[in-house]
Amino acid sequence: MIPLSAYVALSAILFITGLVGVLIRRNFIIVLMCVEIMLNAANINLVAFSSYLESMAGQMAALFIIAIAAGEAAVGLAIIIVVFRGNIATNVDQINLLKW
Amino acid sequence: MVLLLFSYFATVSIVAGVMTVALRNPVHCGLALLTLLLHVAGLFVLLNAEFLFAVQIIVYAGAILVLYLFVLMLLNLKTEEKYLHRKHVFLLFAAAGILGELLLLLMQSPYGGMKGQVSPKVVLETGQSQAVGLTMFSDYLLLFEIVGVFLLGAIIGAIVLAKTPTGLHAKADES
Repeated sequence: MIPLSAYVALSAILFITGLVGVLIRRNFIIVLMCVEIMLNAANINLVAFSSYLESMAGQMAALFIIAIAAGEAAVGLAIIIVVFRGNIATNVDQINLLKW
Repeated sequence: MVLLLFSYFATVSIVAGVMTVALRNPVHCGLALLTLLLHVAGLFVLLNAEFLFAVQIIVYAGAILVLYLFVLMLLNLKTEEKYLHRKHVFLLFAAAGILGELLLLLMQSPYGGMKGQVSPKVVLETGQSQAVGLTMFSDYLLLFEIVGVFLLGAIIGAIVLAKTPTGLHAKADES
């Protein structure tokens, strides 16, 4: 039997990987992909606890996270298309229209 | 056997996650993300969550990732020379520090709590998908409906945002 802490540690490593990706990459789409990595890390955590505590609540939360991730991807990619089409920027650090 | 499978899935998903962050070509990053998602689905099977395994492959790997790759190819991104921020070395050190702290805390924490009603025996008797369905349409019905409305809003928002703004230009030309 694998200890629960192994799953939690794996999820922490994946989460930090995604966080680093969000912070250091300059490409929009890669940044969104790294957000997906973070969501997956959270999902592993929820499902692991749900399995070890013999409850259904964690898996429900994971299912809803997957649904929210689908919506987030659709809206985020639409925003990226708008930004590209308007020639506003090609990298994350060039979007500064709202900067005061 | 379970330990072997877990170590395989865990190792490959960590490597794929690092490759998603580190690779230069965006399409390669997308394929590394696909590897990560498939191996996380394998982890779900190890955790007796077969319904989530199917949803992960169908929705994540099948729909969301295809959307990403579609937009990548549509926008025809060039692989840039500088694909990282300037101060990324500093951030890498900070992340390594945070990760070490986090793992230290996680290893020290006790894990316990009240057990729920869905023990592995019950799951094996009735089937996991049935258990998920029964829970979702009884205790989580309101959340289910809210997520439906959310998805409708997301679809409408995405269409409105990505629509070619012909109407505005046509009006400007007329006047």
